Amino acid sequence: MAEEIPNLVVLDADVAKATQTCDFQAVYPDRFFNCGVQEQNMFSVAAGLALEGFIPFASTFGVFATCRAGDQLRNSIAYPKLNVKIGATHCGITTGGDGASHQANEDIAITRSLPNMTILVPGDYEEAKQVTRFAAFYKGPVYLRFGRDAYPIIPLIHSPIAVGKGKLLQEGLDITLISTGIMVSEVLIAAELLLTKGISSRVIHMPCVKPLDQDIVIKAARETRGIVTAEEHSIIGGLGEAVAGTVSQFQPTWVERIGIADVFGESGQAGELMDKYGLRAKNIVDAVFRILEK
Amino acid sequence: MKSSSPDFQFLSKKAKEIRGEILKMVHRANSGHLGGSLGSADLLVALYYHIMQHNPDNPGWDKRDRFILSKGHCTPVIYAILADIGYFPKEDLLTFRRPGSHLQGHPYQPKTPGIEASTGTLGLGISTAMGMALAAKLKGESHHYYVLCGDGEIQEGQVWEAAMFANKYELNNVVAFVDRNYLQTDGHSEDIMPLDPLAPKWESFGWQVHTIDGHNYSQIIETVQMAKRSSKPTMIIANTIKGKGVSFMENQVEWHGKPTSQDEFDLAISQLNN
Repeated sequence: MAEEIPNLVVLDADVAKATQTCDFQAVYPDRFFNCGVQEQNMFSVAAGLALEGFIPFASTFGVFATCRAGDQLRNSIAYPKLNVKIGATHCGITTGGDGASHQANEDIAITRSLPNMTILVPGDYEEAKQVTRFAAFYKGPVYLRFGRDAYPIIPLIHSPIAVGKGKLLQEGLDITLISTGIMVSEVLIAAELLLTKGISSRVIHMPCVKPLDQDIVIKAARETRGIVTAEEHSIIGGLGEAVAGTVSQFQPTWVERIGIADVFGESGQAGELMDKYGLRAKNIVDAVFRILEK
Repeated sequence: MKSSSPDFQFLSKKAKEIRGEILKMVHRANSGHLGGSLGSADLLVALYYHIMQHNPDNPGWDKRDRFILSKGHCTPVIYAILADIGYFPKEDLLTFRRPGSHLQGHPYQPKTPGIEASTGTLGLGISTAMGMALAAKLKGESHHYYVLCGDGEIQEGQVWEAAMFANKYELNNVVAFVDRNYLQTDGHSEDIMPLDPLAPKWESFGWQVHTIDGHNYSQIIETVQMAKRSSKPTMIIANTIKGKGVSFMENQVEWHGKPTSQDEFDLAISQLNN
């Protein structure tokens, strides 16, 4: 991609080994700029590079990208709609051991509320490469939300990325399960569990959280008995509320949101935290029964 | 830089006209920032009418010098100048701060011809200029980036992040100014959050520093000439009088961001014309 796009440059803020932008640096040292521990400056510098025709990818942890440098994200990048790509890593509670200070559970909520932003949240490593490539060729600000750990590769989700388009993974008649990011794994497990109980699930994956694919959501609301959303993010302001907002306006139905309740996280291993904070397939299945028993 | 020697009479005349437009814009809008706009008018007049290479008929000319208003609240002075030079019609000034206008309270680059970067919250502009200056270095371009910061603005941490960045990447194509009037919204800068000694701060961050009278065209122009030969980024501490040109506004903190009454406006205009 760097060969195809000679004006692509990468910036990092002293976390290049963690975000792995160091791999780009190793090959293109003249197109890599380590800004030091200066997320705010980095975002405005990226805006300046974009104004002069470069395509900057600015990478740091999600908490810094949306909160520490929130003003610069809003006023330097989103407001003038500059062609800057934010590579936000270590998002969600699976960031793990560093604890709540480093777990971005509200970054989708923040970026969703910024006009001009496009939000892409991949479900696995292959899709992470897909959304990155897509962002490079897409004109405008893009927030790329990555997790820290490796998750199972799911070939089912590797159809092409399109802005405002969800991916229908499985047809179903009784209930609809909509995931974004790594929760696609849990949703697919949940769909299998439900099938053993005779429940047919429609499964939709949403790598693009904003703009949301409203058509696929409205159709699901019309054709199944309800929707369960699943995201590794606060239930406030994320995919769940985007879906709920859409159906309440166009096709009211039951919506259950699986995500992190309105609490800060804590230190722990990713898996332990997913168990404790209710991000597992069994939590999705329970939510399905809450809807079907209404 | 124009090759001809500066015409100080012309620059003074222009500055007077621009100050008149500033007063009119803020009075009509009944909102806006007079003190800093009047105080920095001489700096901007020197830049736009003598120092910078630019072309209002081709705002995107790639070899143009760029000016970034980091103290973004001082839009009246830059809008008055851009309109006077011909970047957009002078009638547009009537729409300042009105719904539908491209002349927003703070600069918005996508809409306003001649505005190089969107600024507003303080510290963004100087940082954005660093990215632009880095881009010019990467492309081997030789134009310059002129940045105007407020002195209150440089209390922002982001400004010092940008200062470090400029040093690291040897951005000697940056010529920045601090509009050093010692006043900010809530009072005297040295009471609110002291900045002095200011020159050693910038020197210790790796910048070349000059201190000048920000109302003296000869000093402004000669110092910029030195800055353009510097191997380091340059900060010019321009001592200015906030509200310059209107006696009852000069050095008065209350005129940072309030509009004039009709009597005040009439008096201010009559003073400029004397």
